[in-house]
Amino acid sequence: MESIIKYLWLMPTAPLLAAGITALLPRRQRVLSAGLAIGAISISFVVACIAFSATLHAGGRATSNFRWLDFGSTSVQLGWVLDPLGAIMSVMVALVSLLIFIYSVGYMAKDDNFTRFFCFLAFFAAAMLGLVIANSLLLFFICWELVGLASYLLIGFWFQKPSAAAAAKKAFIVTRIGDLGFLAGMLLLYAKTGTLLFYDNGHGCLDRGAAGGVMVATTFISLLIFCGAVGKSGQIPLHVWLPDAMEGPTPVSALIHAATMVAAGVFLIARVYPLMSPESLKVVTWIGALTAVFAASIAVAQDDIKRILAYSTVSQLGYMMMGLGAGGVAVGMFHLTTHAFFKALLFMGAGSVIHGCHEEQDIRKMGGLRRRMPVTFATYAVGMMALCGVPLFFSGFWSKDAILGATHHWRTSPAPFYLGLAGAFLTAFYMTRQVVRVFFGKPATKEAEHAHESPSVMTVPLVILAVLAVMAGFFGTPAWPWFQSYLEGTPYEFDLSKLSEAVPIMLLSTGLVVAAIFLSGWIYGKTSAQAAREKDPLETAQPAIFALLRHKFFVDEFYDATVVNLTIVFALFSDWLDREIWDGLVRAVSRLTLALARLNRSVDESVINGSFDAGTETVRDSGKWMSLLQNGQTQRYLRVIGLSFCALLILLLWGSR
Amino acid sequence: MLNEIAFLLCASIILAGAVGAMMLRNLVHCALCAAGAFAGLAAIYLQLNAEFAGFAQLLVYVGAVAILIVFTILLTRSTELQPGAVHHSSSWWMGLLVGGLVLACLVGSIMSSPSLVRLPSQPASAPVKGIGEQLMSQYIMPLETIGLLLTSALLGAVVIAVREPEKSDPPAR
Amino acid sequence: MTTPLANYLILAALLFAVGLAGALMRRNAVLVLIGLELMFNAANLNFIAFWRFNPHPERLTGLMFALFSIAIGAAEAAIGLALIIAIYRHRRTAQVDQFNSLKG
Repeated sequence: MESIIKYLWLMPTAPLLAAGITALLPRRQRVLSAGLAIGAISISFVVACIAFSATLHAGGRATSNFRWLDFGSTSVQLGWVLDPLGAIMSVMVALVSLLIFIYSVGYMAKDDNFTRFFCFLAFFAAAMLGLVIANSLLLFFICWELVGLASYLLIGFWFQKPSAAAAAKKAFIVTRIGDLGFLAGMLLLYAKTGTLLFYDNGHGCLDRGAAGGVMVATTFISLLIFCGAVGKSGQIPLHVWLPDAMEGPTPVSALIHAATMVAAGVFLIARVYPLMSPESLKVVTWIGALTAVFAASIAVAQDDIKRILAYSTVSQLGYMMMGLGAGGVAVGMFHLTTHAFFKALLFMGAGSVIHGCHEEQDIRKMGGLRRRMPVTFATYAVGMMALCGVPLFFSGFWSKDAILGATHHWRTSPAPFYLGLAGAFLTAFYMTRQVVRVFFGKPATKEAEHAHESPSVMTVPLVILAVLAVMAGFFGTPAWPWFQSYLEGTPYEFDLSKLSEAVPIMLLSTGLVVAAIFLSGWIYGKTSAQAAREKDPLETAQPAIFALLRHKFFVDEFYDATVVNLTIVFALFSDWLDREIWDGLVRAVSRLTLALARLNRSVDESVINGSFDAGTETVRDSGKWMSLLQNGQTQRYLRVIGLSFCALLILLLWGSR
Repeated sequence: MLNEIAFLLCASIILAGAVGAMMLRNLVHCALCAAGAFAGLAAIYLQLNAEFAGFAQLLVYVGAVAILIVFTILLTRSTELQPGAVHHSSSWWMGLLVGGLVLACLVGSIMSSPSLVRLPSQPASAPVKGIGEQLMSQYIMPLETIGLLLTSALLGAVVIAVREPEKSDPPAR
Repeated sequence: MTTPLANYLILAALLFAVGLAGALMRRNAVLVLIGLELMFNAANLNFIAFWRFNPHPERLTGLMFALFSIAIGAAEAAIGLALIIAIYRHRRTAQVDQFNSLKG
């Protein structure tokens, strides 16, 4: 472990270099940019695997810190850490990124901005991997923000579309709100503990953990840090950006908004878990539970294939938070890992479907793709079953049941458990609805009729992910809790008897899932070619509720009316202030200066010039006047002489007296 | 007693002549009055026992200068001079003022000087013989210079006044 | 001789003043010259008077001066009159206020 820790920085740096080189390329180079990105992420994957194997052998954690900034007598330190949590996360991130990079080569083949796409993708991968191995909350935050930036760039990839540009802005701004809390929490933590390093031979802020400091303070700080997770992982009330983020290309949705970036919030809580007090964990659990049900109910009424998956992601993130809060790091991280695989699979399958239907995204306009796109259908079905939690063979079953088990045993309240069950029902319902509308029945439009299977560069990653979606589950069953014990460092054993403890819950959840699948299949199976023009059966049954769900509980409209309008009012006020008051002041000053200048000029002209002119006039006039004396008349001269003679005489005679 | 009367008589003749010379309109009358004033002065000289000076005054001034003046007046008589023309120059009061001022100064200085009470010396005499001797001995330089001066003055006057026979002269009427 | 010196001096001053006033007042150039002559004569009278009332009258200084003055006065009168005649030839006038070509 000590040897690998020194080279751990290669993991984020390789994709970063790829992104940098691609950004500086003079012309668009498709092969080079894709090759650089895929090669770099492969290197990262290899390093991640090596690190993973090192943790398997040794256990514990290793850190490598270095000093970054000095100011005054203190310094800011950064560093990276290698421990089971980080290792498993980095393997997952690198693997999924690699598969999606390969998939993107086929998906974005017809796009003009191929090079730019891979540059941004590589940049994202670098930032995400940096976030995973960060040992300092500051470095974590830096990578957190970089990941947000990459998300903005990629959501708004087709920035010529106004909806895409708006969605990118929305994502950035909404996550910003959460990041404000995160920053505040970070500062308070630094003030309290004096360091932002996680692990530093006993001096890091997590080394002391919840044991140090007053409970209240830790609750406050951890809740502030949780704010960041709320924003990034799309929990209510900051979930509004995630569905709109589907404006980006499908690989982006798969990588960032399903598997990795949105999971960063969950990863954050898992990382700073020692700081979370029981009160803050309660908050986490409640928010997670509410989000799970809220998003699942909205997904029931959506028609866009990607939007259904987006709300599904929000719902599953709620599950992860619930698991973290009620069950601990292992429970949450297990679901995160399995979710990454099957959600990426589902998104990539959706991308394949969209590609095959010639860029059509409305599920009402698809149908009968089962026969026309078999590989996509098979892998999509695997992902759907994993998401629903179909028992035994699919990973989602094991991870979701772990969460349900944890909430069942939660002492504070049984409500999250029931909410989780409701969420599971709804999840199965809407996923079945989607699969039936897309793959079964008859094609609704010409494009659906002429759909074709995607090229192998896109389907091979689908297959690989499908395999993983199945296999990953077996690592966390109660019979063989390898995942949990790996994360916690406790010993494990293969014990089938442990299964029996979880059987009641398993049965309950399985029953709900099967019921939902059958119900949904029965309702939507009867679709025909007119389905696209007809109303949804649920809509006819309950139009009011359906409208509420379709409009996402009017949350966006609510935000628009309150927050956005407030900001607009404030902006108008600032504009008025600036234009009238400050500008008025400036104008007044300038007028004053002008007036002074005019005064100066008038004084200069009239007084100074005038006095000069008057002086010269006087001289000239006096000269003219004096020249009158010289009129050439002799007698005048004589008179003057006579006068002077008198004066002289008087002076001489009587002046001396 | 007789002296005062003689003095006053001569003084009045002099002053009358002078004033008349300056004030009269007819130029020839002015010249004649001036001659009268000169004669009066000669009488005063005689009274002051300066006989030679007095006769010299008569000879030179009355006999030569006054005649010269008369001739010049006659020669420079302008035909366009109307009887009603102003014969005083402009701002003539200025001249009067200056004259008055000078008179005041002089009289003032005379009155305030200690020589006021100087009494005449014992009867003085200025015999011609004595004058001649002085001229030839003590005042020989001034005498010769005077001679030169008079010669050059004569020549100069002739040069200035000689009529040039060509065109620079407008035909006299 | 009981007439005090002052009388003669005052007479001379009066004569001088009259001559000066007239020289400054009259227009005709000849009359200016006459005024000049009167002034000369007044000065001569002064000299003679002072010689007479001198404690040493045998020195004849004043008398000599007066004689020379008479001669010079005559010469100057001649020249002046010649000048007047010459100017009269050019300008056809003997009025002094017409001779103003030296006007500044």
